Amino acid sequence: MRGFSYLRPGSPDEAREAARDPSAAFLAGGTTLLDLAKCGVAEPERVVDITHLSGLATITVGDDRITLGALATMSRVADEADIRTHCPAVAEALSQAASAQIRNMATIGGNLMQRTRCAYFRDPATFPACNKRAPGSGCAAIGGAVRNHAVLGVSESCIATYPGDLATALVAFDAVVHVGERRIAADDFFLLPGATPDREHPLEPGEMITAIAIPASPAARRSTYLKIRDRQSYEFAAASAAVGLELAADGRTIRDLRVALGGVATKPWRARGVEDALRGKIFEPETVKRASLAAMEGAVDHGANRFKIDLAPRVVARAILTLGGLA
Amino acid sequence: MTQPITLTLDINGRTRTVALEPRVTLLDALRDHLALNGTKKGCDQGQCGACTVHVDGARVLACLTLAAQVEGRQITTIEGLAGADGGVHPVQTAFLERDAFQCGYCTPGQIMSAVACIREGHAGSDAEIREYMSGNLCRCGAYPHIVAAVRDVAGAAS
Ligand SMILES: Cc1cc2nc3c(=O)[nH]c(=O)nc-3n(C[C@H](O)[C@H](O)[C@H](O)COP(=O)(O)OP(=O)(O)OC[C@H]3O[C@@H](n4cnc5c(N)ncnc54)[C@H](O)[C@@H]3O)c2cc1C
Ligand code: SF4
Ligand code: FES
Ligand code: FES
Repeated sequence: MRGFSYLRPGSPDEAREAARDPSAAFLAGGTTLLDLAKCGVAEPERVVDITHLSGLATITVGDDRITLGALATMSRVADEADIRTHCPAVAEALSQAASAQIRNMATIGGNLMQRTRCAYFRDPATFPACNKRAPGSGCAAIGGAVRNHAVLGVSESCIATYPGDLATALVAFDAVVHVGERRIAADDFFLLPGATPDREHPLEPGEMITAIAIPASPAARRSTYLKIRDRQSYEFAAASAAVGLELAADGRTIRDLRVALGGVATKPWRARGVEDALRGKIFEPETVKRASLAAMEGAVDHGANRFKIDLAPRVVARAILTLGGLA
Repeated sequence: MTQPITLTLDINGRTRTVALEPRVTLLDALRDHLALNGTKKGCDQGQCGACTVHVDGARVLACLTLAAQVEGRQITTIEGLAGADGGVHPVQTAFLERDAFQCGYCTPGQIMSAVACIREGHAGSDAEIREYMSGNLCRCGAYPHIVAAVRDVAGAAS
């Protein structure tokens, strides 16, 4: 790990000022930043420790929304009883992520900013070609080992999967990222790779996530997060789904449905095709299974990751059916 | 700019002062600068749990924590787990009784993690123990005995 200077600012404004230079990086839980610094991917010259700032770790659960301070840890949010009631998908996504130790360290703000686990991206010494790391250098993954690479939202420049669980739940329930006074819809906070995979977020250097707000909704109250992976725990998703369901008064007509996919796309992936296909329909297994196939509209595989195209719709269907008590 | 900085750390109830480069992790500070070698380095990348310590009572990974970050926090390592009388911790006893290791390399991390897991109330069943201890890998595969040791102590505590 390259050397850097260390700063512990006394206020958010001081922190933003100290991190305005592109060679600086905020340090929260450090579970992404220090990991990538050891890989030689992140080479900050100045590390701005924001974990000692006060007032940024508050969790509030109100009638109209849940607000999570950017410095709240994953474990605190996961264990908060009110969140389990108001948006179980968020709590479940967090408690199935990483390990107990990492969840005690990692923050909600840092969590959104985690980087892909693409093995080529993480190993610059062996694989110089990576458009995300070094724009214009090519992509070592295309034509390589791609079992965990994305099938949705890919480009010719980059097929790296966005690995996070929480963000998948956030886009399903129309969460809003607070960056000081700035408000960014969670779905817009994650950029498609296109020709510029190095650009993952609309943040400028020095901009700090301060909170995340999740609007209350009946679908959020009746929600779940289903994560399928290669080992049972302490593993990223092979495919996952955050879903929320609201049935009409008759108890069988789908009034509202939210579906987002994780582990299969270059960003947390809202599956509006599935939502549109089921809204207004009678809740019934065959209908749900058929509609779930729409989640893979536009999917492109690169060989070893083809299984995700079969797997993801099944994960979506099982999650929806579980919510409706039919799985 | 990468000049050593002087840090005052609270480790196992003692105040320790060290001069370290800012990039030094808590794990390297413990092992290379403070002669506390009980905390192990497995992967050095957050993937194995061998380096688990407690910061303000919560289990964390020392390999992904900067020493500078934990100034002013209470750090507990495996060396600090024993009681004031020097006796071993009940979780240590349970690991011995259940033979919950082979080579022993993962054991300090397993024990630190287990102590926190029980305190958090995440050791209510074998399934819950397996899930909440999943951040500690054991290449010798002592998992069934580790679960048994955690169950023994959690059961006795409740
Ligand atoms: C072994 C391992 C397994 C994991 N498994 C999972 C998993 O299964 N599911 C999952 O979702 N995640 C997983 N993770 C990722 C983990 O959740 C993230 O590393 C963590 O959430 C990042 O948060 P942090 O506070 O540690 O961020 P840091 O490492 O401190 O920061 C990450 C990045 O965000 C920037 N940053 C931090 N805070 C802010 C802010 N407030 N505003 C703007 N920028 C900011 C930093 O500059 C840095 O670039 C795993 C990580 C490891 C190491
Ligand atoms: S898939 Fe993206 S992150 Fe991975 S090597 Fe290619 S460009 Fe880099
Ligand atoms: S050495 Fe820290 S997790 Fe492996
Ligand atoms: S006892 Fe050998 S690694 Fe666990």
